[in-house]
Amino acid sequence: MALDDLYREVIMDHYKRPRNRGTLDDADVVVEGANPLCGDEVTLWLEIDDGTVTGVRFAGHGCSISQASASIMTEAIEGRPLGEIDEIVQALRGMMLEGEEPNEDLLGDGIALEGVRQFPVRIKCAVLGWNTLQLGLKQFADSGGKPVEAHHRE
Amino acid sequence: MSTSTRGAVAPADRAAPLDAVALRRDFPILTQEVRGKPLIYLDNAATSQKPRVVIDALREYYETTNANIHRGIHYLSEKGTAAYEDARVRVARFINAAQPHEVIFTRGTTDGINMLARAWGDENIAADDEILLTEVEHHSNLVPWQALAKRRGARLRFIPTDDAGVIDLDTYGGMLGPQTKLVAVHHVSNVLGVIAPVAEMARLAHEHGAVIAVDGAQSAPHMPVDVQALDVDFLTFSGHKMAGPTGIGILYGKEALLDAMEPAHFGGSMIRMVELESSTWADLPDKFEGGTPNIAGAIGLGVAVDYLEHVGMDAINAHARQLGSYAVNVLSDMPGVSVHGPEADGERGGVVSFTVHDLHPHDVGTVLDGEGIAIRAGHHCAQPLMRKLGVHATARASVYLYNTTDEIDRLVEGVDKAQRFFGTI
Repeated sequence: MALDDLYREVIMDHYKRPRNRGTLDDADVVVEGANPLCGDEVTLWLEIDDGTVTGVRFAGHGCSISQASASIMTEAIEGRPLGEIDEIVQALRGMMLEGEEPNEDLLGDGIALEGVRQFPVRIKCAVLGWNTLQLGLKQFADSGGKPVEAHHRE
Repeated sequence: MSTSTRGAVAPADRAAPLDAVALRRDFPILTQEVRGKPLIYLDNAATSQKPRVVIDALREYYETTNANIHRGIHYLSEKGTAAYEDARVRVARFINAAQPHEVIFTRGTTDGINMLARAWGDENIAADDEILLTEVEHHSNLVPWQALAKRRGARLRFIPTDDAGVIDLDTYGGMLGPQTKLVAVHHVSNVLGVIAPVAEMARLAHEHGAVIAVDGAQSAPHMPVDVQALDVDFLTFSGHKMAGPTGIGILYGKEALLDAMEPAHFGGSMIRMVELESSTWADLPDKFEGGTPNIAGAIGLGVAVDYLEHVGMDAINAHARQLGSYAVNVLSDMPGVSVHGPEADGERGGVVSFTVHDLHPHDVGTVLDGEGIAIRAGHHCAQPLMRKLGVHATARASVYLYNTTDEIDRLVEGVDKAQRFFGTI
């Protein structure tokens, strides 16, 4: 076990210089995610225009993995159509939870999270932002495209 | 430090120091390497390691004695019953209970507190009664009382503490009144390591006719606990935090209180006579031990308390305090590290919570794990306390009789490594 497998350079970079950190005033989806067991929290704001995520911001606090992973996720989904985002989330979950090969086309920097698999107690940290996203988009779809606020708990 | 505080710690300070390096050899698990490094186990507030005598006692029980107890008319059942009841006598002696049948075997502290909340609480707590707790309690000494208060329409009130978890006795005294039926308080905080003034709290509670129940999960393993000297009404603790097996714990209660209580679990072994429509209960302690108990666990706990007494509870207490103080001092001296709880010379045991500036406790824990160092990181089942401290989580190192100052130095090196790795210093 090497720390560098867990805390790859890309992850440390997203942790120290998070992308898309902040909030959006007119978000179509606001979704809070939390892992009560360890206290990690990630809140997402999404702007969705014509079936495409046109804006995304996140806020939260927690360990480096949870916050870096959320930052990576925002980059992976911005500008993507909702159908593709579903594939992206599945690719991330498949890599983290099912041992699937990393898919760089879909995940971008997210492939760096592969090393977290060696640290089973930290997998929940890595998937928090992505599960939160998935729940928010599902509720958005269920609402027929009306703005939603949702809460996700690991 | 005040003179009276110094006086209070004097007995422990006078104890002959224990030889932690020699005692380590009694604990087989400590000889291993993890992550390629010698194991440094500093998660004792979560669970302690077990000496070989306890592990051997469990194996020997299953190899030579296993039978159901209290009912068989055969050799093994008699032998098992004798060993089980002998363990009760040993635990009673360990906490200086007036009588062995005041010692009830449970699954652990949580189980004991839940039994109390049901068996004592449902009978003795009425609408508008008050239960006093502190802001520092472990969820296991909070949530069962929340549920009881909800069932009975009673009120929970919280004795304030300062940020170190120190209870102000005058404030506490002012909260007591005829409406106070129960004071449920920790003996030693599992997060802050602070020792509550339980004897004084018991005296004040009794002046107002209230009952006091003490969560001894973090005290019974580490310091002499004399239930008669403290004059507490109930005390709960867990075997696995004090060199004993998991799944066994103790609910101590004064005889008169236990006698007046209804059972918490109904079934075999706890009855005197059963009719189709109703039943009568066995005497203490059987009334509270329905079903086949954790026989091996009880016997293992009996061996564990013998082991602790052999080492000496005064010596164990002095060791925990000395190592705890040392850890507070060396961690506080580190840049960017904040230690929570009392100062090094305060009323504290060997539980030390700390936070590292700009570093999440889980990241600290992972870096330490890579160094073979086991600590706990999280909210420690004390979410209200985390909010009071203004943190989401802490890292926590907690010692036992086999830990050394060298290991605390390694902990400091590990924290330093985490800070360098994340570039926070």
